[in-house]
Amino acid sequence: MLSRRIIPCLDVRDGQVVKGVRFRDHVVMGGIEELAVRYRNEGADELVFYDISASPEGRSADPAWVSRISEQLDIPFCVAGGIRSVDDARRLLFAGADKISINTPALLRPELISEIAEAFGVQCVVVGIDSQWQDGRWCVYRFTGDPTRTDRAAVDTLEWVARVQELGAGEIVLNCMSHDGVRRGYDIEQLQAVRKLCKVPLIASGGAGEAAHFDEVFRLADVDGALAASVFHSGALPIPALKRQLQQQGHVIRS
Amino acid sequence: MIDVVLLESGGANITSVRAAFSRLGIDATMTADPERIRRATHVVLPGVGAARAAMDTLRGNGLLALIPTLTQPLLGVCVGMQLLFEHSEEGDTPCLGLLPGRIRRFDVADQLRVPHMGWNQLVRIRPSALTEGITNDSFAYFVHSYRADVDVNTLAECDYGQPFAAVVGNGRVFGAQLHPERSADVGARLLRNFIGIGP
Repeated sequence: MLSRRIIPCLDVRDGQVVKGVRFRDHVVMGGIEELAVRYRNEGADELVFYDISASPEGRSADPAWVSRISEQLDIPFCVAGGIRSVDDARRLLFAGADKISINTPALLRPELISEIAEAFGVQCVVVGIDSQWQDGRWCVYRFTGDPTRTDRAAVDTLEWVARVQELGAGEIVLNCMSHDGVRRGYDIEQLQAVRKLCKVPLIASGGAGEAAHFDEVFRLADVDGALAASVFHSGALPIPALKRQLQQQGHVIRS
Repeated sequence: MIDVVLLESGGANITSVRAAFSRLGIDATMTADPERIRRATHVVLPGVGAARAAMDTLRGNGLLALIPTLTQPLLGVCVGMQLLFEHSEEGDTPCLGLLPGRIRRFDVADQLRVPHMGWNQLVRIRPSALTEGITNDSFAYFVHSYRADVDVNTLAECDYGQPFAAVVGNGRVFGAQLHPERSADVGARLLRNFIGIGP
């Protein structure tokens, strides 16, 4: 059976993995390759690398480190950050990324999703959506990598989820902003609403703080994977222990 | 002396497949040169993306006529495996026809999420040197929307809505729908088995 995926997300800046709280006060965690290999050895099913300075600096993620990671990793990985064109996507995919994730650029120009899907296949196009409840509905936010520029998109979340699938998204990562970084569990209600409309793989992001949160999001929101950052980086939740617990609870998990 | 060549089929995973061989100590050569390909001991046909685009690239590189004449072990990976069959429903594409059968899309009618993406379990249904040492129910990484039916050439199957062919083989022609370059130890084992298959 298809397993549920456990996906650590690594924020990359200047060639190193960093962590920050709400996009501020970044602390260097270590080298990209070193942490990538460590998570692979601990049993991560997939990794996401998010180049947090790419978008604010008007460039896309650097193919040089993507290529180095690809040489060492034998699990799939996705790269996010500042991808605005088919050429940006091509450089990263040919450097070895299995998937690329686009967020604000897709909101600014939705055809970008179709262009990348047509060039390389829907399987490598992940659309990231930053979303939270506001004024009686779930709303999409843009430029979330830069708090001074963050604003609300015209489209609401459920409309956008339907639209990106029509355009060729092969997977959706729903980052539930109000739960992000606070470790009180995933936004089950929002994920359930999105799941109903989402016919492609759906990855939950934002809010993981303990093993029970993963059990909950798989059981209640039926997501295909769960992404988390700080709970793994801090060592609070070792992946082998998390996976053992989920297996005992009856989830299909790769050991 | 093992000499692996990777055929240039335009797939973005060619560098990842090359890296996977490199981790096994094999310096695989990416090429479209027929002479170079004929000299190799093992030939790999990688591929991601669309079947038609991959067939067009092979045709453009002058490899369509060459591939059926090769006598070495050949391994198609992902879309590269699908191209080994007669036809793909994806873009209504005639393929190489080295294996009988047609590639069809997953049936979304039964609530399947397509693409089939993630780690799924292998069940060996025929013994083969290619799948030696891979235990039943071990997980491999898949990403695809089209699949081959289980038939007499299926070495290992996987289940997604219904069983489909995960690893195939007939004579010197082999294919893996899974991505060995991204399937951790299981993928490494499959590639090591492949280069252990004699000409």
